[in-house]
Amino acid sequence: MKTLIIVPAFNEGKSLAGVVTDLRSHGFKDIVVINDGSTDKTKEIAKKQHVILLHHLINRGLGAALGTGFEFAKRNNFDFIVTFDSDGQHKAKEIKSLLAPLFANTADVVIGKRILKTGQIPHSRKIMNFLANVATYAFFGIWTSDSQSGLRAFNKKAIASINIKADRMEVSSEFFREIQKNKLNLVEVPIEAVYTKYSMASSSQESLASVKMPIRLLLGQFRR
Amino acid sequence: MNINPIQIILVIFLWFALSRVILQFRLGQISPILFSFWAVIFTSAIFVVFLPNETTLLAQAVGIGRGVDLAVYASIVILFYLVFRIYVYIESVRHDITKLVRQIALENSPKQKIK
Repeated sequence: MKTLIIVPAFNEGKSLAGVVTDLRSHGFKDIVVINDGSTDKTKEIAKKQHVILLHHLINRGLGAALGTGFEFAKRNNFDFIVTFDSDGQHKAKEIKSLLAPLFANTADVVIGKRILKTGQIPHSRKIMNFLANVATYAFFGIWTSDSQSGLRAFNKKAIASINIKADRMEVSSEFFREIQKNKLNLVEVPIEAVYTKYSMASSSQESLASVKMPIRLLLGQFRR
Repeated sequence: MNINPIQIILVIFLWFALSRVILQFRLGQISPILFSFWAVIFTSAIFVVFLPNETTLLAQAVGIGRGVDLAVYASIVILFYLVFRIYVYIESVRHDITKLVRQIALENSPKQKIK
């Protein structure tokens, strides 16, 4: 059973090596880094890590990078996919708990629900995340406590049926549309998230995406 | 018929706009449908500018007092719809660019032996 770890990366030169090391130390060998038009040394660092490197010539966004990873997984017949952030927010040891429901065939998609300690993230970010959850529910009828979590796992059925159209961070919510459309079995698993100054700055777009997301999702409905 | 300076200015501009539409159609830059749409818009605008009283009859038929008000309301609605269509088109173009970038990335990926 082949598991692919998809690591989208845009200007994550500072954290990428550590992320890949963490993944390898937990036994994950098939790691694909999608360098999404980075302007720092992300590409060079990824090459040194001897990962599978897919290079976007220009920046297209998180959704586009994940879409490329999914397409790679389909072409290479992977059984499971795990999406894993490159900013150091996730811990590789959490992947095992994500994959367990997939191995047990009790889920098609597993989302890592971030458990946050009081004071770990600003209130404004909590509010934005909550609004994103509300928007996800309003659009797709699925209530999740962490619609913007980047740690997700998919089985082969989900990989084959999910069609990512969103280019930017609205992809996090678009997964729920695909889950609903394809009647995939969704399970949430609590995970520990690491919020450092670097990862907070790196994911600062997440809050803004929560506002732009409904608009982009709505426009996407009319796109051919 | 009294013609105001503003009517002359507007009609000159509208004739110029109509001439650009005809030129672009002759150059093959716009389709017959698009040509027809913009030709009707600019021709109607010339009519409204030159004969504002005629538009009053049309406005009253739909329950509005003045022809110019009808022209403004209709223009706003059409403009909003056109802006929406442009946004959708831009999103489609963005999506096409992503597809190209993805295809290049996948074709240039090193041939890895997946165990």
